[in-house]
Amino acid sequence: MLYREAGQFKTTYAADQQLFPIRQDRIGVLLLLAVAFFGVPLFASEYWFSAILIPFLIFSLAALGLNILTGYAGQLSLGTAAFMAVGAYAAYNFQLRIEGIPILVSFIGAGLVAAGVGILFGLPSLRIKGFYLAVATLAAQFFIVWCLTKFPWLSNNSSSGVISAQNIEILGFAFNTPVSKYLLVLAIVVVMALAAKNMVRSSTGRAWMAVRDMDVAASVIGIRLMRTKLLAFAVSSFYCGVAGALYAYCYLGSVEPDGFSLDMSFRILFMIIIGGVGSILGSFLGAAFILLLPIFLDITLPALAGVFGLPFSSATVSHIQILVFGALIMFFLIVEPHGLARLWQIAKEKLRLWPFPH
Amino acid sequence: MKINFKPAVAAAAVSLALIAPQTFAAEQFFPIPSYRVGAYGANGQAFYGGFIDYLNYVNTKEGGVNGVTLTWEECETEYNNAKGVECYERLKRKAGESAGPIHTMSTGISYALIDKSAQDKLPLAMMGYGRTDAVDGSVFPYAFPLVTTYQMQASAIVRFVKEKLGGSLEGKKIVYLYHDSAYGKEAIIAMEAEAALNKFKLVQIPVAHPGNEQNAQWLRIRQERPDYVVFWGWGVMNQTALKAAQKVGFPRDKMIGSWWTGSEEDVVPAGDAAKGYMAATWNLAGKHIPLIADMEKVIYGAGKGNLQDTSKIGTVLYNRGVSAAVLSVEAIRKGQEKYGKGKPLNGEQTRWALENLNITDARIKQLGATDLLPEIKTSCNNHEGSGKVKIQQWDGAKWVPVSGWIEGNKALIHPLFQASAKQYAKEKGITPRDCSKEK
Repeated sequence: MLYREAGQFKTTYAADQQLFPIRQDRIGVLLLLAVAFFGVPLFASEYWFSAILIPFLIFSLAALGLNILTGYAGQLSLGTAAFMAVGAYAAYNFQLRIEGIPILVSFIGAGLVAAGVGILFGLPSLRIKGFYLAVATLAAQFFIVWCLTKFPWLSNNSSSGVISAQNIEILGFAFNTPVSKYLLVLAIVVVMALAAKNMVRSSTGRAWMAVRDMDVAASVIGIRLMRTKLLAFAVSSFYCGVAGALYAYCYLGSVEPDGFSLDMSFRILFMIIIGGVGSILGSFLGAAFILLLPIFLDITLPALAGVFGLPFSSATVSHIQILVFGALIMFFLIVEPHGLARLWQIAKEKLRLWPFPH
Repeated sequence: MKINFKPAVAAAAVSLALIAPQTFAAEQFFPIPSYRVGAYGANGQAFYGGFIDYLNYVNTKEGGVNGVTLTWEECETEYNNAKGVECYERLKRKAGESAGPIHTMSTGISYALIDKSAQDKLPLAMMGYGRTDAVDGSVFPYAFPLVTTYQMQASAIVRFVKEKLGGSLEGKKIVYLYHDSAYGKEAIIAMEAEAALNKFKLVQIPVAHPGNEQNAQWLRIRQERPDYVVFWGWGVMNQTALKAAQKVGFPRDKMIGSWWTGSEEDVVPAGDAAKGYMAATWNLAGKHIPLIADMEKVIYGAGKGNLQDTSKIGTVLYNRGVSAAVLSVEAIRKGQEKYGKGKPLNGEQTRWALENLNITDARIKQLGATDLLPEIKTSCNNHEGSGKVKIQQWDGAKWVPVSGWIEGNKALIHPLFQASAKQYAKEKGITPRDCSKEK
């Protein structure tokens, strides 16, 4: 009933090819954006912005980047955090060394530098596949972190390699409150997510998927493997680079190379596995699950323990939280190996038939 | 995208329930972003165990500070920067009315909190870690690298070596063997400055993380034949170095480590090889310190202890936690002198107190905390307050102090901090306070 396309006739090619062809989807997305841009700033507290919403958006963006590479182009990568580090340090250096450069330009520059590095580390993908490629991208993870500590120029001779992000100012407006940072991140993420959604259904995206499904077949039908794979690495790293710059400028404010650890790369990989490999929506769902669930458990468990009068220390809570989190990951992977995005898709199909399923 | 916010909404409901109205009737709140699980969980347990035990001790023994009960809430950071920020934001909501100094025991987390804490007017304490140029309080009003910093420590170790070598280092050779990370590199600048001043030859040898393989480094040390090895290790690297030194026959009593290499966990696994090894510290280990002994009696006697593993009482890190708590509570006392006895302090007032600390030896003795911390006198220009360490030596069974308090070369090291803080202020567009106008 609610979600029926009956009566929605498409009379032009443009209408048939738009990003969200179903009217309910369009309304839903617009509503969501309206809530995110106007509703949330009215009601959310500072804690929500700084500790939950901003990291959620930034990690969604990074997961989106990885999803382009792994989900759409089929190239497994373990270097996501390293590409984020490149973005963060590149943005810092642009701001530091080029007088008066607009911050958005340095974010784009950060993405481009990360894309360049991504292409470099994507070169082995032309020869090796699957898990072997994952090991090759692991090299990026270690090399980049090493490089950032090794060469003090990159961190402006900071004795510890830690950089401290400069203030953000766009057209004279200072982004120094959590709300303004949230809106900035949200705007960037929305634009880039829509761009990604568009990209994956273009000829580029179809080429990626062809390569993912079977690269020999793809090359037989005339897709240039080298170009396609490297493009996937470049675009993916661009997204990760921008996410890294936002991570430094809008979230933590100061970052160290060791902060972009392998652990973080794995977390982002888990985000897309849980959320849905090869799905834009999945990147957001996965980021929400991996980031927000532990916090949610962290807050609810002591409250629950209080209700039942159990003597929980913060260490016990952490241990239980890890247990529950692990169990939930397994549960989801067993029940729905294609991720949360697939669940949403099933829900959509069910809604379409509701209330008369067959 | 619609189910995105489901967990979020539920969490919101719960968190709203948690911030239900609370009365702050004469309670001094301490936000504690601690870690007890994860890779460094064992360290955190000892440190925060000591910290909380002391707060408890003050409550039990004196009924708080001038009648103000000390309260606290812990949040598990797992030594992870992002989680640390989340914890800080969560604890911050409770710290509006009254807030003691925040100890994160993590350089990464304190770096991430430096700007935020200044904006929120909450004092951030970094005892022996964190951003060292925050010694310059004119640029960093809310950050306090209390007691001493890596650079001052390196300088103090050099002074100790100088005394050992008969008052001059000219023509001598010192190897600086360090963990190749932000932490290990922090002291290089001080070692280089000391080398230039004292005209000794400095050889820097990095060890890659985690440092469980050091044969190449120690062969090099054997070739170099240094007079001393100054050692900046971390974790498993420490015991490996001691064993490797034994293997190449380098005398351990010519090795001096930083304060992260001088706990029981660092030397006991090395067994025999650790005997004679020296390390810097600002708090001694052991239960012979009257305060620690009394705390064990009062707190653990009453079954109110924070540690589950009571064998940690009296270890270096436990005692360090106590010394951090002593310092924090003394700051609260100082603040109450100015802002009214029996009243809780908010973040701004605690900040003032931390900046005007004056803990004399007499006071330390009165607290029974002799050897837990040196004399401390902070000011706007000097958020460090001391810069003194003791050198302790491992005799095969326990740490024995082998020196009095040694102060680093302030005239040499503090200008380095000021230059770095100045650069930071420029990058961030901060106008430094005029310290001469502070009172």
